[in-house]
Amino acid sequence: MDLYEHQARDLFVAHGVPVPRGVLATTPAGARGAAELLGLPVVVKAQVKTGGRGKAGGVKLARTPPEAQAVADSILGLDIKGHRVREVLVVEASAIAEEYYVAFLLDRANRTFLAMASVAGGMDIEQVAATRPDALVRLPVTDVDLAKAHEIVTAAKFPPEVADQVADVLVKLWRAFVAEDATLVEVNPLVRTEDGSVVALDGKVTLDGNAAYRHPGHASLADRRAENPLEAEAKDRGLNYVKLDGQVGVIGNGAGLVMSTLDVVARAGEAHGGVRPANFLDIGGGASATVMADGLDVILNDPDVRSVFVNVFGGITACDAVADGIVRALDVLGPTATKPLVVRLDGNNVAEGRRILAEADHPLVTVVDTMDDAADRAARLASREV
Amino acid sequence: MAVFLDQHSKVVVQGMTGAEGSKHTRRMLKSGTQVVGGVNPRKAGEKVTFDFDGGSGASAPWQAVLPVFGSVSEAMEATGADVTVIFVPPAHTRGAVVEAIDAGIGLAVVITEGVPVHDTAGFWAHAVATGNRTRIIGPNCPGIISPGQSNAGIIPDDICGHGPIGLVSKSGTLTYQLMYELRDVGFSTAIGIGGDPIVGTTHIDALAAFEDDPDTAAIVLIGEIGGDAEERAAAYIREHVTKPVVGYVAGFTAPEGRTMGHAGAIVSGSAGTAQAKAEALEAAGVRVGRTPSETARLLREVLA
Repeated sequence: MDLYEHQARDLFVAHGVPVPRGVLATTPAGARGAAELLGLPVVVKAQVKTGGRGKAGGVKLARTPPEAQAVADSILGLDIKGHRVREVLVVEASAIAEEYYVAFLLDRANRTFLAMASVAGGMDIEQVAATRPDALVRLPVTDVDLAKAHEIVTAAKFPPEVADQVADVLVKLWRAFVAEDATLVEVNPLVRTEDGSVVALDGKVTLDGNAAYRHPGHASLADRRAENPLEAEAKDRGLNYVKLDGQVGVIGNGAGLVMSTLDVVARAGEAHGGVRPANFLDIGGGASATVMADGLDVILNDPDVRSVFVNVFGGITACDAVADGIVRALDVLGPTATKPLVVRLDGNNVAEGRRILAEADHPLVTVVDTMDDAADRAARLASREV
Repeated sequence: MAVFLDQHSKVVVQGMTGAEGSKHTRRMLKSGTQVVGGVNPRKAGEKVTFDFDGGSGASAPWQAVLPVFGSVSEAMEATGADVTVIFVPPAHTRGAVVEAIDAGIGLAVVITEGVPVHDTAGFWAHAVATGNRTRIIGPNCPGIISPGQSNAGIIPDDICGHGPIGLVSKSGTLTYQLMYELRDVGFSTAIGIGGDPIVGTTHIDALAAFEDDPDTAAIVLIGEIGGDAEERAAAYIREHVTKPVVGYVAGFTAPEGRTMGHAGAIVSGSAGTAQAKAEALEAAGVRVGRTPSETARLLREVLA
């Protein structure tokens, strides 16, 4: 889960990382009040989980409280790359002398963690990596104590006058990274202000969903308002679902097979007016009839869906349970189910699964033998060529 | 021959007395695996009975009674076990793997899904610090099967039999799908390395083992979006692999920044795309199928 800047900032504060004073506001009047409280000037920052806020007009300086109100008014409600701005973070403006970059993240290739640091902060770090690779230091780390932090500081050639402060920030940031089960903590920019202090001006944090069970507080960081309603509904039912922009609903078992199914549908769709998959839905390795029924319910309620492709390879999952789930879901939905289903089953108990579907003989269900042919059939149905 | 696991492998199961553990212990026994016991400190000294009615197959009814040990090292001492399959819940996985490493077991197969990545990094660091004596497969993986010889994990044993293909995959169900498509050819060993961002055994480890395995004539490599394991595998193939490799990569239609089921399956910015992975593999001489069926077809062609 990616956090908003203000959530990342709260997390930094909790672990002692220095940040400028700030207040979250949801209305222009609130931003004005924040400016009065903080002292002037202030920076008003759109809270969206995407980059390029500045260019999109989502970050503005205000020199007076009425100006803070006016710029907040212009920022709240903006759509930045598909993300609606519902909140602004109002922070005291810092007199910036220098901008740096520091981060800890997963190092998948080395199966450990990576410290990244640069004295060329304030810009897109991927760009720094591409254009000035020497300016970005990457060190694999398994633990960061003060000595390791100084090693990072030295390797990245931070100026001597900020070395101790940056090292201190690194140690605290690492503690936050570990204590919160983060997969990314990034400060960009970390700044030296003109009065010589080192402050985290902007931050990005990604938390590991697998660790949610040991962080009861993390659940409240999720923003249900920003979620697609179908995704929210699927999540409530414990389904692994991602909404996409196409017309063919997809249900399968196993993340790899479902990703593959989306690709095969998109490919088949090229011959049928460019129809594409409408969603990712993995009902899991040990899928039961109930899970299948829940999944079908979510997908059939998606107004974008014109046909559904159920693609199951019964490894642990038994195909008869899947077939049962399909029949049961269609029973429950009754006449409200109007979209054609193409079903491909293989593997464990496939004969029984196909028998159940043949016996039910539901007018909306077609059983197709292979994944490629089934994808073609589902794409054709979604294109309304049939 | 096979890689990492064969008919001599003696398997213990950490978490054998749990629901998943007992279900799959039964399946492993049924596929002929030498499962020699379970590990659960709270049930040490107990015995667990697995009954078979013979089912619809030709096999006669039989029964296995397996001892439960208090620790992996006790189990190894008593049975000569050299493989552990781990089914314990995510919160206990790190401890279970560290215990297996400290016992010095040769292979630890971590089936558990949902392990916090800091825990995986933690047990991996422990494996490295203690000299990498234990090969780790997983977590969040279906395990490893050498058909006709041994099955350590949850891969169904009835999809296909022994043959000349080695398979390494991030995905469980795509492993099953390809095994099914190529069931008439058969597999030396199929390894599901798991879909988490950090996994023990990598594509490269498997490629190296298959290259050295006289029983393996061709290799199927299955990847998916996220990270750069496939690109690294491609570079390795170019330098070190002489046997034919066919590839498949899932996730061409995955949107940027969304996790697609597997914790590791995410395109970040321009990194980790299926397109880049397929291109890297093709540039290394790997023939990459656009669907699982096409991949199976390509494999038949390279074997012909």
